[in-house]
Amino acid sequence: MELLYEELMDHYKDPRNYGVLKDFDIKESDSNPLCGDEILFTIKLEDERIKDIKFSGAGCAISRSSDSILTEYVKGRSINEILKMSNDDFLKIYGFKPSAMRVKCALLGFIALKKAILRYLNQPIKNVP
Amino acid sequence: MRKDDFPLLKNRKIVYLDSAATSQKPSIVIEAMNDFYTRYNSNVHRGVYSISEEATLEYEKAREKVAEFINALPSEIIFTRGTTESLNLLAYSLIDDLKENDEILLSEMEHHSNLVPWQQLAKKNNIKLKFIHINKNGQLDFDPNLINNKTKIVSLVHVSNVLGTINDIKKIAKEAHDKGALFILDGAQSVGHMKIDVKDLDVDFLAFSSHKMLGPMGIGVLYGKSDLLETMNPFLYGGDMIKQVSLYETRFNDVPWKFEAGTPNVASVIGLKKAIEYINEIGIDDIEKHNRKLVKYTVEKLKKLGIKVYGTPKLNVISFNIDGMHPHDVSSLLNQNRICIRGGHMCCMPLMKKLSVNGVCRVSFNLYNEKKDVDELIKALNEILILAEKNGIAV
Ligand SMILES: Cc1ncc(COP(=O)(O)O)c(C=O)c1O
Repeated sequence: MELLYEELMDHYKDPRNYGVLKDFDIKESDSNPLCGDEILFTIKLEDERIKDIKFSGAGCAISRSSDSILTEYVKGRSINEILKMSNDDFLKIYGFKPSAMRVKCALLGFIALKKAILRYLNQPIKNVP
Repeated sequence: MRKDDFPLLKNRKIVYLDSAATSQKPSIVIEAMNDFYTRYNSNVHRGVYSISEEATLEYEKAREKVAEFINALPSEIIFTRGTTESLNLLAYSLIDDLKENDEILLSEMEHHSNLVPWQQLAKKNNIKLKFIHINKNGQLDFDPNLINNKTKIVSLVHVSNVLGTINDIKKIAKEAHDKGALFILDGAQSVGHMKIDVKDLDVDFLAFSSHKMLGPMGIGVLYGKSDLLETMNPFLYGGDMIKQVSLYETRFNDVPWKFEAGTPNVASVIGLKKAIEYINEIGIDDIEKHNRKLVKYTVEKLKKLGIKVYGTPKLNVISFNIDGMHPHDVSSLLNQNRICIRGGHMCCMPLMKKLSVNGVCRVSFNLYNEKKDVDELIKALNEILILAEKNGIAV
């Protein structure tokens, strides 16, 4: 029916880094009021880098696949580097272009992750959309 | 049924199956509003020049039309922004008369607009909320003992915007009145879809929205029994709702204007009047029959595909899910076939929890839908099922 979905299906069916870390430094949850999707991140840091990250929660193919791709991408990267990324930067990494309403689904995890890091650093989160 | 009366459905090649969210508008409604803006746009109740008189007369004629439509008096009709504002008006105005530990009875199938206002005000005033649960068939499991002499307000949805259940209002309203409680009805999904007679139902208040019954957005109605409206405090203060104002005191206007502060949405009120005239011309019973037939047809087809349908849909909405697929994904896929349905929690998060789902897919109808629309939906759903199976995500 649609190519986008076929490609997303792999991440949807078999999301990477799915679950909850037992040993973590950051725990953050958020939800999307549009569809009721929920996300929970648990993150283990080492030298200001993401040593390990897992996500869980119920979501649509777009939110789940974006979280799967996001967690793969950020593992090993420094939290400062992640904070510098814009929404568009992440959408490029994600590689699919959802419709205007559903961009929110694709960005839910990315924005929650940035908020989580800012909270951890005790920085104001007002500039995160 | 008269699809050609709806310009949007002629202009866009879509299958519109989301009328419970908002219905499409017939051209006579659009033209009536256009006529107001191009011929007699002016403020109501203020000017003494001709076009302002014309606007005021049309505005008040619309009130009469709405009153007649639900068998009420014009003075019992308050124009609001919609169901949500009507219910907020009631919550804010009625809460003053409640004491600590009084009770408000709602149900598990309420739209957020008939839950959150009560919930928030109850919390602030130490008032107890109680809920009628729903059974496996998606019907209210009403136990008369839920209403006691502490119960002051019972507020329920008439037709569920998720399950399509038509609640037995008369029985519960009677029980509420016997125990001295007020009965409020959320008619967002029932008014304009089936005959509503406030006297026959014997409800104290009824809230509904124009935009779900072929009328324009931005306008809604609160019906209230005269004697109750007389003693209630206004919810919004300002112009138009006053008789006499001094620096320290105000004498409020008479009912219903006491509740209509500020410049109203005159164009939409005029559009709503046309929508009611249009419904009357076709006949509300025929509209109901038409929608019920489509619902029955759709439920049968969905079940044949092995798709899970929630509750026992009757009037105009059907909710379902495809195993393993998020409702938003199903709606996005259907959108590629130009089919518009709703996917998500439907502003009923507690009900979603009860159904143990994150969301549902919802199909809903109005008089312009045809069997052909359903056939296109079923064909596309079948393709989605094949796609899901191919990717190993569904049964
Ligand atoms: C049952 C029910 N109640 C209340 C509402 C709220 O109506 P509105 O958004 O027009 O205020 C809706 C519509 O979404 C509804 O379906």
